[in-house]
Amino acid sequence: MNTTGSSFLPDSSQKDAFVEFDRVQKSYDGLQLVVKDLNLTMPKGEFLTMLGPSGSGKTTCLMMLAGFETATHGDIRLDGKAINNIPPHKRGIGMVFQNYALFPHMTIAENLSFPLEVRSIGKSDREAKVKRALDMVEMGDFGGRRPAQLSGGQQQRIALARALVFEPELVLMDEPLGALDKQLREKMQFEITDLAHRLGITVVYVTHDQTEALTMSDRVAVFDDGKIQQLASPDELYERPENSFVAQFIGENNTLDGTIREIKGDTCLVELDDGGLIDAVPVNVSKVGERTRVSIRPERVEINKDRLQEGAHTLKADVLEFIYMGDIFRTRLKVAGNDEFVIKTRNAPDQERLTPGTQIEIGWLPEDCRALDATN
Amino acid sequence: MTDAASEPDKITGPTPDNALRAADKADDGPVLAADGKPLKQSLNRALRAQKLRALALIAPLLIFVLISFIAPIGDMLFRSVENQIVGETLPRTVTALTDYDAASEEAPGDDVFEAAYYDIFYAAENKMHTRLGSRLNYEMTGASSMFRKAGRGVDDIGEVYLDQFEDLDENWDEARPWAELMGDPDWISAQEGWDGESRMPAFELRSGIADILPRTATTYENFARFMQNEEEESPLEEEPWSVVHTALYQDLSEGDVSGYSGPRSDMLQGAADLVASPDFETISFRDGFEEIDEDWVTPEIWQIIKTYSPAYTSGYFLNSVDMQKTEEGPAMRDEDERIYGLLFQRTLFMSMVITFSCILLGYPVAYLLSNLPASRANLLMILVLLPFWTSLLVRTSAWKVMLQQQGVINDVLVWLGMVADDGRLVMINNQFGTIVAMTHILLPFMILPMYSVMSTIPPSYVRAARSLGATNWTSFWRVYFPQSVPGIGAGSILVFILSIGYYITPEIVGGTSGIFISNRIAYHISTSLNWGLAAALGSILLVVVLALYWAYDRIVGIDNVKLGG
Repeated sequence: MNTTGSSFLPDSSQKDAFVEFDRVQKSYDGLQLVVKDLNLTMPKGEFLTMLGPSGSGKTTCLMMLAGFETATHGDIRLDGKAINNIPPHKRGIGMVFQNYALFPHMTIAENLSFPLEVRSIGKSDREAKVKRALDMVEMGDFGGRRPAQLSGGQQQRIALARALVFEPELVLMDEPLGALDKQLREKMQFEITDLAHRLGITVVYVTHDQTEALTMSDRVAVFDDGKIQQLASPDELYERPENSFVAQFIGENNTLDGTIREIKGDTCLVELDDGGLIDAVPVNVSKVGERTRVSIRPERVEINKDRLQEGAHTLKADVLEFIYMGDIFRTRLKVAGNDEFVIKTRNAPDQERLTPGTQIEIGWLPEDCRALDATN
Repeated sequence: MTDAASEPDKITGPTPDNALRAADKADDGPVLAADGKPLKQSLNRALRAQKLRALALIAPLLIFVLISFIAPIGDMLFRSVENQIVGETLPRTVTALTDYDAASEEAPGDDVFEAAYYDIFYAAENKMHTRLGSRLNYEMTGASSMFRKAGRGVDDIGEVYLDQFEDLDENWDEARPWAELMGDPDWISAQEGWDGESRMPAFELRSGIADILPRTATTYENFARFMQNEEEESPLEEEPWSVVHTALYQDLSEGDVSGYSGPRSDMLQGAADLVASPDFETISFRDGFEEIDEDWVTPEIWQIIKTYSPAYTSGYFLNSVDMQKTEEGPAMRDEDERIYGLLFQRTLFMSMVITFSCILLGYPVAYLLSNLPASRANLLMILVLLPFWTSLLVRTSAWKVMLQQQGVINDVLVWLGMVADDGRLVMINNQFGTIVAMTHILLPFMILPMYSVMSTIPPSYVRAARSLGATNWTSFWRVYFPQSVPGIGAGSILVFILSIGYYITPEIVGGTSGIFISNRIAYHISTSLNWGLAAALGSILLVVVLALYWAYDRIVGIDNVKLGG
């Protein structure tokens, strides 16, 4: 799998790589690899998210970059220099922790001043920088308070300000919004990306929340089983997943199992297990007769035949359930033996509301349907 | 609604407007529950059952603690000021001493000795004089033996009179004639009819006898009551005490009994004549006391009695701080008599040293424990707790074996050649031994609270500090250590308060220079039996601990003390 080839790198090339993982492996117990052969290159100023289920190795990667874990094999380079043997405090990397890790016995101003003090920056300079950092996160009046006196969102901003106050070029964030409620989380997502772009810093962001990953990042690295499954921009990741795992992990997804019958350039014909035929884009399938799992997003399923192109294959579907969700309708269908097949339709004035118990015909554009590997 | 109703232009009754007004009014008053009663009342009723349940749950322990712990301790502490023994044992003497100038260099007059004679006589019969002697011995060395001698010696004074009266008429040393002289005839017949098992008929003086022989009547009555109540003997069969004869002599020498015509008037008349005769031998009370012990005619004992005659005294507390009561008020004791101040200082100082040693030794262990994976931490925890589960006495005795001059450590040092055989180190029966043994014994009390606090400090704090550019040491000292301070505080309070009242270990390995104030308290409780002083010392210790606790609360804040979570 060629991860870098198909990804889009904003105005960058291999040469001015800022952060680089070069064939990095990590094992804790000497028996199992938690991170298997990680290769990753980040240009300066990029916002990259490591996304994956827990245990996928994403946090380990972050900790190796921060210096709290050592790589078992391979090089980690920062701005061209290998940093494997540099202790964390000399790496100059800002970090935001999941629980914020604001020092509870210090005031907010002291918390922010801490990284400056250990860098022996003069008092007046320190105060100016602390003030600037606090203003940056709109918390200028809170310098005298203790972390426990702040709300979760405020603590989050302070943690951010503290990671930025000593002007690092690289900031790592380990699920920083995990403890916030939904509304605040969305607000902070915007604030963090805005700040990162404004300051031009490079950010490595770890999360298991795919919405967060999609909305915030320039690129997303989807981790599973110690490997990057796909590294791509959010739209590419969503619309063109390269394997079944990514398709399943990112967004809602319908799958149908079948066998490749015919491959013609960039379309293929798939015979589903119940005998139905559909068109799809072959992604990581290569030969006729191979088992495949086709993936189609619920919003790309077409129930209006007029919108399908000439000769498109359609399938019969039984309507099982109709759920009114306000802005959209969500309808559960039984298609080719799969009764968890979901379609989403926009709540438009002319939109048909399907009645459970009826049978309809569905279809899709071949490019929206991707034939992927049949993982078990 | 009354206001609205009294105004003519308003319609009374259930109109919408009136309903609104009623609603407005209700807002001013107490909030009502659905049944119309005040909400607060309803709430209290709802919570009452819950409160009663809670009370019932703690009641057994509360009652147990109250009865078996708080009440006895209160009683014990009360002893530190209680001093009724002097006033109760020597009531007449205390009264007679009222006018005595304690600052004078002379013993008091004969009236005081007379009062003391009667008091000590009764006290000796009640066997109270030795207890009083012990009590006053705390204030004046020698008082105990003076009272013991006086208890025996006061009889000699009475014997002088008893013998002469007896020589005159044998009946003066017989029970029956005395009873007839002093007792009410009705009582005598009732006493004669006593069956020996039921309650004795209480003695009653014959009417009129108290006017003729006032002292004798009182003294005999005391004797008769004592016989009946304490000895359960019939006064008809017991010869009176010699003190009665002394009283008789006093009465006869002062009063006139010629007009007396009751029973035994001849006998009494004869005695009166004898007393009046110049041959009659007398002895002044003062001389009698001087014969018992010369110290009785020095002013010191009387000053002490006068000083300690009130029912409550600050004497024990003054003693506890190396002071004493003098005529001029409280004053420091002589330099060589001061021990408690030194003991308190030593107790505090050594407790601090022990606490500090526990912090030094315990902190790294607690740190290691809280940063190890759970399985290995548990193993190490068992090693920490193992001494905890061993008997205190066994551990202390083990230290004795280790530290003594022929002990393990000295043997090893000699074997290694680091110490000469004739220069073995003295490591026990001194402060060093106490500190070593107690640090070891109290270490778990330091480690456990520190561990439980440290294990709640997330590793992300130190990581954050390091990512912010702090070195290992800086992130420990500036970030980790301050957060572990509550654990140190909790452990220190625990260890310090435990060690300040520690008894058994200093007793065994402390020798003389390594003992604590609690050993002195124990000594006064069980050996010298000076419970008042023990109570005073204990009270002071309690106050010191409470004061330290208060100071700690002011400086560190008791909220910052965590035993876990």
